[in-house]
Amino acid sequence: MGIKGFFVRTGIYLLVPFVFIALWGFIARHFANEVILPDVGQVAKLFMKPTESLISMGSLTTNVAVSLVRVLAGYMLAVCIGVPLGIIMGYYGTVFKLLNGFLAMFRPIPPLAWVPLVLAWFGVASLATLFHIDRGTAYIYLSNLKFSMIFIIFIGAFYPILTSSIHGVMGVRNIFLDSARVLGANHWDIFRKILLPGASPSIVNGMRIGLGVAWMCLVSAEMLPGSLSGVGYLITHAYTLARTDIVIAGMISIGMIGAFLDLFFRIIENRKFVWTRLTR
Amino acid sequence: MNSEPVIKIRDLKKTFKSNNGGVIEAVAHVNFDVSENDFVCIVGPSGCGKSTLLRMVAGLETITSGRITYRGEDVSKPRKEIGMVFQEYSLLPWRNVIDNVALGPEFLGVPRQERYDKAMDYLRIVGMEAFSHSFPHELSGGMRQRVAIIRALANDPDVLLMDEPFGALDAHTRILLQKELLRIWENHRKTILFVTHSVDEAIYLADRIMVMSARPGRIIDIIDVNMDRPRHRSDPIYGQLAEQILAVLEREASVSFGNANTERMTEMKENLCLN
Repeated sequence: MGIKGFFVRTGIYLLVPFVFIALWGFIARHFANEVILPDVGQVAKLFMKPTESLISMGSLTTNVAVSLVRVLAGYMLAVCIGVPLGIIMGYYGTVFKLLNGFLAMFRPIPPLAWVPLVLAWFGVASLATLFHIDRGTAYIYLSNLKFSMIFIIFIGAFYPILTSSIHGVMGVRNIFLDSARVLGANHWDIFRKILLPGASPSIVNGMRIGLGVAWMCLVSAEMLPGSLSGVGYLITHAYTLARTDIVIAGMISIGMIGAFLDLFFRIIENRKFVWTRLTR
Repeated sequence: MNSEPVIKIRDLKKTFKSNNGGVIEAVAHVNFDVSENDFVCIVGPSGCGKSTLLRMVAGLETITSGRITYRGEDVSKPRKEIGMVFQEYSLLPWRNVIDNVALGPEFLGVPRQERYDKAMDYLRIVGMEAFSHSFPHELSGGMRQRVAIIRALANDPDVLLMDEPFGALDAHTRILLQKELLRIWENHRKTILFVTHSVDEAIYLADRIMVMSARPGRIIDIIDVNMDRPRHRSDPIYGQLAEQILAVLEREASVSFGNANTERMTEMKENLCLN
């Protein structure tokens, strides 16, 4: 292959994005209206100085960081509840029958549809309210973690994680359970050393999808009242000021972070779960 | 020494609920003893409940009525003195060979270093120490079953239950593993209860052969194999025993299914010739 091969291989990934950007630049210059479509350079400039404060809302990086912390808070909650619950539902038929019908009713409700109810319940309460902190550095961080946002993100991530954990456990072959029992495994051993690793390829796949959905719920969560930061809020606020370049920069940030998080999971899957591809 | 049997089975019966609400009798009126260091084989047509019987002895299946005792104690759940090897590949695919072999001691709380030393010793017994860090999917079928056998042995069980462990292997590997199993049995003095549908395998391995009927499985004949070891398949006694066992099975088949049903017998005879 050599150098030429390298360029051919890399080129094939970059070709379509390159054409897309060129087309964007061409159309933008054609219309010459930065509210409808700003030029590539204008958006690129924002990425050149990502730490500079924008429309008095803090910089792109701080807003991305705030959003990331929010998503991770809601997502962690979904993982902590979804994975154990999914394993238990997958293993104990009775628990599955007890809960599945109930949980299936809530599955089709889009996270956004929860907004009015969630606002009625939590209003602008945040972790800062919970811990009775109303000043200082801790307040700045904790007040950004509103319950309503965490809930919306949680709902988005919860179902893919739960479903794939249930299916992962149901897919663990009985022979593994039987041989573990004969070798002296107790219930805790079965959960930790057979069900969890046996279901983990499916669980990690669900966690990957869940993180994607959680990240997608971000914009709707950050449109909730009381939010004064985050990429989602930055986008909506920039829209009211007709700063389309910031809107696009925000969208690109969301897309890139999402793609990186997905890549992170793919690397784990490739490293850790070689056995799933090679076993029948 | 052979006075008190290790495993005692009395009036054992097992029924299942079938999907249409009926009751299927899998095993009925089974009575037999297994003495210390005995190699006992159970042969019978497929679906006769011999696997169910073995799973009950392992404590994996509940007993409908009757008793199974291990040295006088009722068996109702798995216990470390009774190990089991399955026909299906049962190695955990996400663990390498040595982690698989060390699994039983790990469950029993043996300290890390000790259980890995032990696992390594057992790997040496089957000549697989070079594969300690391979994963199951990198091994051949015969190697996987070798590991499955030593994984069961690593808990140092008294009784080893084997449910057609060589059933999925090719004829050559099967004969190789039979020899290896006999060597392990002779050196480590285990009591073995071995289920197979191959009459040949039973004659080659067993001290005693239990012949089981079609469902509901009952013991219809007990045959002592008084041949010196190592046994040779060319030995005339070998052929006579095979004839005798097949005759018992054939008579049973004609009683339960009528003379028209000879399909199972043909299948069994084929097995005998192939091995």
